[in-house]
Amino acid sequence: MNIEGRDLAIGYPDRTVGRGLDVALSTGEVLALLGPNGSGKTTLLKTLLGLLRPKAGEVRLGDKPLSDYSIRERARVIAYVPQVHIGTFAFTVEAVVQMGRTAHGNLFSRPSARDRAVAQSALERFGIAALANRPYTMISGGERQLVLLARALAQEPKFIVLDEPTASLDFGNQGKVMNEIRDLAKSGHGVLFTTHDPNHALRAADRAYLLREGTRIADGPVAAVLNREQLEALYHTTVERLTDPDSRAVAFLPG
Amino acid sequence: MTRSVGPGLAIAIGVLVAGLLLAFTVGRYPVSLADLFAVLLAKATGHSADVAPAIQSVVLQVRGPRVLAAALVGAALAVAGTAFQGLFRNPLVSPDILGASSGAALGAVTGIFFSLSVLAIQAFAFAGGLLAVAAVYVVGSVVSARDPILVLVLTGVVVGALLGAGVGLVKYLADPYNQLPAMTFWLLGSLASVNVSDLLPLFGLVALGTAVLIALRWRMNVMSLPEEEARSLGVATGPLRIAIVAAATLTTSASVATAGIIGWVGLVVPHLARSLVGPDFARLLPTAAILGGGYLLVIDTLARTAAEVEIPLGILTAVVGTPFFIWLLTSMQRTWS
Repeated sequence: MNIEGRDLAIGYPDRTVGRGLDVALSTGEVLALLGPNGSGKTTLLKTLLGLLRPKAGEVRLGDKPLSDYSIRERARVIAYVPQVHIGTFAFTVEAVVQMGRTAHGNLFSRPSARDRAVAQSALERFGIAALANRPYTMISGGERQLVLLARALAQEPKFIVLDEPTASLDFGNQGKVMNEIRDLAKSGHGVLFTTHDPNHALRAADRAYLLREGTRIADGPVAAVLNREQLEALYHTTVERLTDPDSRAVAFLPG
Repeated sequence: MTRSVGPGLAIAIGVLVAGLLLAFTVGRYPVSLADLFAVLLAKATGHSADVAPAIQSVVLQVRGPRVLAAALVGAALAVAGTAFQGLFRNPLVSPDILGASSGAALGAVTGIFFSLSVLAIQAFAFAGGLLAVAAVYVVGSVVSARDPILVLVLTGVVVGALLGAGVGLVKYLADPYNQLPAMTFWLLGSLASVNVSDLLPLFGLVALGTAVLIALRWRMNVMSLPEEEARSLGVATGPLRIAIVAAATLTTSASVATAGIIGWVGLVVPHLARSLVGPDFARLLPTAAILGGGYLLVIDTLARTAAEVEIPLGILTAVVGTPFFIWLLTSMQRTWS
């Protein structure tokens, strides 16, 4: 299955942020979306999620336009992991993950036994089952990110879209989330995430999509797209490329 | 920090029972618990009670309707406050956020100004509340915005202020010897003039609104997340918001039409209920309803008995509510920060 944006113009009623964008994501692959602040990453993300209507062009999901899906149908195919927030009310971690099951029930239903089991196994997969009864407002930022990942998984989607999943995490948790993203692709999910760190894209993604001022400047396998020249053009800064002599792994340093 | 339903709900029920007993027994004509039970038992079984007729009349005719109305109005305001706090993702919201109270106030003072019957004044108040919220909703939807919740709140504030000016104008034009005191009395809130005939419509409307909200309890949990998150979880936020606002406005307007404007209940009680059973609306809504009923019964008993003259409810809820809320702010921040 595919999510595909064709010749998209993206933006808000009063403002167009990007034009002429083609983007595709298949199940089982990880796509990283990179670009400077204000380049339109989040806008593109929300357009592919169906939260924003494209100003031109079309988003297709499988063999139908995304706009043909109801909100509930959509939520059973695409899950969204927003940037970590604290939340207004102290729901338990368990309740937050069970909210991922909403689209599988009707207007009046509460989570069924099966819904609770799915939520429980999502908690276990990310190693946070012990937090189940803790208030979501009183756990660490890294734990919250995992809870939101578990909630997305509980939706049993084909695609998971993450907005800067590493933004507020410490070094160790960044690595953990990158690993989880790889594992999600291995289990057949299509994953799209935005990041400010090209090294995260190198680490976790198959393909990278570089966006500057609403225009695509590159889209391809990370090894081909993420090089010094492209990154300097993308961020308008000098970039240094490092190679580990043993593992041949590559990393970039800005400035 | 798991919260089980049992103890929290038991505390709420305890408050309601205590409020009921207090409200029936305390007053100018004290009624003993034994007499109260004898009268209620006799009423329930259809037998005649072995109690002085004066006591029977105090329990059944004088206090009965008022007690039931207090419980219903308290429950209605608490449920509406709970719903609005969730919907607006803000624990400082109260049921009049979208102008229901100001609309009802304008309806009521207009009714008083034209010297209408009590029933017509109530109908005006009820319709005023519904119309005000509908107007806020329509205006809010016409303004297309990325944050519909913020637009709704701001529209509510603006329309509420306009309606307040309308109330001021009608009071200014009113006959200062007959109409103005009646308006002032109504605006401060009171259950003193509740009739048996008020109870059925009040109960019907409050029960309907509460039932709708309880049916939507799980979706309301999801609705307390940011807008785009709720939608990405499969909730059609637009239509659901209309349903929740309509149900909460129904209970608010019905209670304001019966008892005038009583602030604070819809703000304070949801917090108390949340601290007892947590934020899940499945437990929170029933707990808030029960606790709200008990709370207003206690307040109303105070209003009847604390002074020689009856103290308006709106004043008493503020006097009790303000220090209480400040205490709440300092001691409970963590549960919703």
